[in-house]
Order: sequence, then C-alpha cells, then structure tokens
Amino acid sequence: MADNNPFPGENNTGHIWDDDLRELKNPPPRWWMILYYASIAWCVVYALLYPMIPLITDSNKGLLNWTMMEEYKEGLAELDQIRSKYESRIKTMSAKEILADPELSNYISHGDGAGAGKVLFGDNCSACHGSAGQGTPGFPVLADDEWIWGGSIEKIEETIKNGRGPKAIIPSPGMPAHAATLSLQEINGLAKYVVGLSEGKDDESGKKLFMEKGCVGCHGVDGKGLAALGSVNLTDAIWRFDEEDRLSSAAYTIRHGVNQMNNPKSREAEMPTFGTRLSADEIKKLAVYVYKFGGGK
Amino acid sequence: MSKVETKQGHSAVDELYAEAVHWHVNTGEETIHAKRIPGTWRNVKWWSFVVWLPFFLGPYLRLGDRQAVLFDIPSRKFHIFNITVLPQDIWMLALVLLFFAILLALVTATAGRVWCGFFCFQTLWTDVYTWIEERLEGSPQKRRKLEQAPWSLDKISRKTIKHFLWLIVAAITGISFAAWFVDAYQLWIDIFTLQLSETAVITIGLFIAGTYVLAGFLREQTCFWLCPYARIQGVMVDSTTVVPTYDFHRGEPRGRMKKGETGDNRALGDCVSCNQCIAVCPTGVDIRHGQQEGCIMCALCIDACDTVMDKVGLPRGLIRYESLDALNGKQNPPILKRPRVWVYSAIAIASLIGVVFGLNTLDAVELKVLHSRQPLFVLKSDGSIRNRYTLKVLNKTTSDMQIKVTATGQDGLVLNGVEKPIAATAGSVSARTVFASVPRKNLKVESGPILFHIEGKDGDGTVYTYTRESVFIGPKR
Repeated sequence: MADNNPFPGENNTGHIWDDDLRELKNPPPRWWMILYYASIAWCVVYALLYPMIPLITDSNKGLLNWTMMEEYKEGLAELDQIRSKYESRIKTMSAKEILADPELSNYISHGDGAGAGKVLFGDNCSACHGSAGQGTPGFPVLADDEWIWGGSIEKIEETIKNGRGPKAIIPSPGMPAHAATLSLQEINGLAKYVVGLSEGKDDESGKKLFMEKGCVGCHGVDGKGLAALGSVNLTDAIWRFDEEDRLSSAAYTIRHGVNQMNNPKSREAEMPTFGTRLSADEIKKLAVYVYKFGGGK
Repeated sequence: MSKVETKQGHSAVDELYAEAVHWHVNTGEETIHAKRIPGTWRNVKWWSFVVWLPFFLGPYLRLGDRQAVLFDIPSRKFHIFNITVLPQDIWMLALVLLFFAILLALVTATAGRVWCGFFCFQTLWTDVYTWIEERLEGSPQKRRKLEQAPWSLDKISRKTIKHFLWLIVAAITGISFAAWFVDAYQLWIDIFTLQLSETAVITIGLFIAGTYVLAGFLREQTCFWLCPYARIQGVMVDSTTVVPTYDFHRGEPRGRMKKGETGDNRALGDCVSCNQCIAVCPTGVDIRHGQQEGCIMCALCIDACDTVMDKVGLPRGLIRYESLDALNGKQNPPILKRPRVWVYSAIAIASLIGVVFGLNTLDAVELKVLHSRQPLFVLKSDGSIRNRYTLKVLNKTTSDMQIKVTATGQDGLVLNGVEKPIAATAGSVSARTVFASVPRKNLKVESGPILFHIEGKDGDGTVYTYTRESVFIGPKR
C-alpha cells in the first residue's frame, strides 16, 4: 500500500480506501495528552492511597487505611449522635410524656430511617393494619376512634406489648360461640337488634333477648362494651367484622364466636405479642405513632 | 490566505501590508493577538463595561442593618432591597429569566449579537486580559515574537507580572460573585483573617480558575466551541437583521493599492486587501466572507476599515452595520413592522407584568393544605366521616404569629387539632395536622370542597388572612 502513496508528505499511515479516504497520523491535541498523563498519575496516586491489590483473604490496606466498612460505621456513628439527643430522652420517658412533648412526638411521627415510627410501623404493623393505619379486610382500622381494648396511649402501648387474644401475655377468652345454645331464630333476633343499635334503633323484644341470653354480661346493659374485656361497643357505627350483609355477618359472629380455638369456623381477632420482639423504646414509639393517626383518646 | 505580492510599489498603506503577511483565518491552533485600533466602536465597548460595575459594587450597598441585595442560600431568603423573596416565590425567577431570554432574542433579531460583542463577560474579561497583555508585552507582533523567543529574565518577568495581574482580576471577580451570597464586608474580613468557609473557598476558587482559564487562555475558542448562546443567537439573525457587514458590491474585486494609486483613480473595488479587519478581530475571522459563526459582532472591524478608508482616501463604511437585504438593495422593513419584534416584545412584556404582579401580590402569610391520601377518609364511631389534613403555614413577615384556623364548606363540619393556634415562626413554614369531621348524611358527593381560613396578627397589629380550598372525601354512595 505504502509503496505507491498518492498523497506523499501529508503524514498519512498509507491506509487508503476509495481512492482518497485515508488515515492520518496527526498527534492528539496537547491538552488531551496532558489529561491522559494526568489520569495515569491519578491512577498511581489512587492505587497507593486506597486498597488496590487483592490478596488471598483480603486486599492490601493502602496508605490511607481506608475501608468502606469504616466509612459506613463513621456515618452510622454520626447519625446515632444526631439521634441520641432524642433517643436518650425517649429511654427515660413514658409513652404519655413522649406524646406530650412536641419535639419528641414530631421526631417519631416525621423522622425517617431505622428507628423512626414510620419504619417501625411499616416493618411490624402495616401488613395487617395498612401502611397508614387504614386497616385491611378483616383487620382493624387504627386511624378511627374505635378502640376495642382502649384508645389511651397506655392502653395502646399495652396492646402492642402484650398482644391480644388467646395467645397474648394476658390471654383473653374471646367471644363464645352460641350455635349450640341459641336457636336460629334467637340468633337472628339478636343480630337484628345489634345492627339496629348501631343505627340508633332500639326494640323491646331484641333488648329482652339481649338481656336474657347473657350478651349483657360482656357488652353491658347499654351494649357499649367494656375495653377491659375487649368486648366491642355494639352501638357505634364501626364493625369489627364488617361485611356487605351486616345482618348475616352479625349472626355469623354470634353463632361461631370470636377466637374459639376449638371451633374452625370461629372469627379470628388476634394481635400478636410484640413485647418479645421489640424493645421497650420501640414499643413506646409505635404507641405514639399509632396514637397520632388521629384516633387516640 | 496570506498571499504575498512582492512586485509592488509604495502606497498609503504599505506598512499595513507588511504587517498583514501574517494574518490568516484562525482555526484554533494558535493564540489570537488582536490589534487595537481606536474608533467609535472601541469607545462603545469601553463604555459598555459600565453595565458590569454593579456586579462589583452592588454587594457593598447596605439597607438598614443588612446587605441591600443578598441571596442568603443557607436560610433560603433572597433580599432584593426591601423585598424579601422566599423559595416559594421563586416562580418569578422563571419569568425574570424568560424576560432576559426574550430580550436577548429581540435584540439579536434586530441588531445581531449585541450581547456577545459588547456585554458578554467572556468578551469583556478577555478584553481586559488582552489589554493587560498589551501593556506588558507590547503590540501583537511583539507578543508573537516574545512567544517564540527563548526564555530570558525579561520574558519571565513580563509573563509573571501578566499572570499575576490576570489572577488579581480573576480573584476580584470571584470575590465579587461570592459577595452577593454572604455579607460582603464580613467576606473581606474573612479573607484577610483566613477564616473563609469551605463553600466560599470553593466558589471563589472555581471563579478564579474559570476566569483565568476562559479569559486568559480559551478566549475566542469559548465563543466558537463552548458557548451555547453563540449558536442560539446565530439562528436568530435573519436577512433583515442589522449586523456588521462587508459591502462586497463596493469592495470587490479586492486588491492591493498600487504605487501612485489613490481613491480617485482606483481600478479595482474599494477593498484594498489590507487585512486590518482580520487583524483587529478578537475571534480571528474574516468578515469579508460574510456572516459566520465566529463573528461576535463587536464591530471592531468597522473601526479598522474606516481608519484605512480614511488613509487611502475612500469613503468610510465599506464595513458597516447593514442588513443583508439592505446590502442587496432591498428596503428593510421598519422595526415596528416586523412580526418577530411584536411577538418577542409581547412575551417580554407579559413576563415583566408577571413579575410586577408577583411582587405586588406577595402574600405575607400563606397556607398550603395537604389532604392525607392514606387513608383518604375514616369512618368514626359516631358515624361521621373524618379526613386528615396537614396545614402548612408560611409566615414571610419578620414577626412570629399565632395563627387561628377555621374551616367551612360542609354542613356540620367539626375541625379538631386547632384548639391551640398554630405558632408560625417568622420567615419559615410551620405545620400542623388537623382532622375535619362531617356527619355522613351531610355528604352529598364523594369529593366535596372544604375551605381553610387562617388569621394572624403581627407585632404591629396588622391582620393577615388567607384562604385555601381543599377536598373533603367520603365513601362512595
């Protein structure tokens, strides 16, 4: 090719295509070469300062003794220091005191990162109660003002810590099944009565049944329930087991009960125990976080 | 390009011909050493520096106990004399930028790259740098010779002083820039006591480096290859735009002045091929090739050509401000009869009105309402529907206020969470979560209006109110 170069003296490589398309040997611009050498120098310095050579179990340390883990720990320590002024106070205060302290309750409800109320709730509670306490089918809404076990900050804390239901630290028997003891007619009558209660209606025959068949023992004369027993308020608009046909749903609950472990048809309403999984501080934070959904009493 | 004609006699511009041997079109491989010729446009350029004086002097103006114009980024407050703009009002910045963008378009469409030629910091700072260079190293020929010369004590001292002065200019530029963002007097104290913040050091350092490299070394190459506005402005120019133009009808065929030739008995066109227009060009282009990307329209070639025309006894204006249409004998439409002028002016005026309107209606206290999306609503035990909102009160005044909140828009509405007024801290946003409940039977639609009203009183007793509409959401019927 180069023997018969039709473009002599222009410093081409001798690679010529299509008569006149050719490759020149022009040097790269000087600034480019400067950057090129500078980047080589950079690599050398970098290789000396940082871990570079893989060894059998580890790598060399580099002159700066830098490790990614160390940097992570430093960052974490810095974060802990920022949080410690809140965390140390949370440790010594009760959930109620924390709730009353605007700075701390704001830290819990608006903070982010590990340990914040939002993260704890997301990790432990939201699977059943929804990401913002809006509830999921079959599981209670935490953002409303109906509390089966009491809506004070102490009660909420207690519920999270001990759990509720037959497997809780303080087990509760649940609602007995009445299929064996009541007739179908009686059950339907009671169902009609309690659905009526929630709509503000009262009827004498239903009331009589309610008193005679022992409902009154847990749910009270006025049907408003007792938080200490976990018996629900039957007179308000919120239903723990809410279905399209409220009448047959109520009849089902009366017939099969709640949390009757030997009855597979029984309703289930169980809150797991978190006292064994979470620290006391985390439970306090969760109680404050849940309280502030708007329903706390 | 540089044709050297050896067989020629003496003419009025012989020395210029001798000098012109060197000139050729710049393609970026060497430093341009433009000649300085005094003239009208040269003077205009000096005067246009006045536009940049406020940049250097502005930060030292005081208003009360603070800097008159201060862009306080750490506390997100932008003081412009007695107006304080918070980030919430930053939409006005978009209109300000739009105004200047359109102004650029308007000016460029009518008179070419006036910005590039007379006002751009790249052009002006380069002008200052080359002026310093000329003071120290002499005329363009001398400078070129000095560049070739071996290193000597004289060369080293000249170059050192030059770079030192360049860096001084760069430093003043950087410090002046930084002074808009921090207290200017404190900045100088910090500089001399070596207590500058890291941010200030980086900002000033970048500005020094940028000024030094761009004005000292890259110069016209910035306009050729770096600056996007150079390209944008290029496409705004049309055949009615009045720009520095070489009158080729008059100038061609060009040729050198022969011995004994004067303006009266010249056989060729008026261009005497002295190449002075190229010699003075800061970007090293040849205006006689017509309008081109490298021309920043600084009009210095007009000065050069007029000087030569005077010398050889030909009329001035061989290179002059002229549109392409006018050069070809067409009548240029009057400025007010060009659609682009109207459109650009309309947009510029509209954006200006927007800014004036914005500044006049800056509410001192504002409310934002965020409706909680999860859950959208909650059924309460008494059968009412509750919605949750986060209220954000922005207090732009200088005094803390107690803000009272009320809500209307739904029958039987009860608002919880505002029993205590919101403490709105001066110059910041204060948030409060509130709950609004409405009996279910009163809800006529799935999503209805709710109005939040706030009222607060500042230290002087002035009452501020603000109303914001949001939605109240209930279950499907």
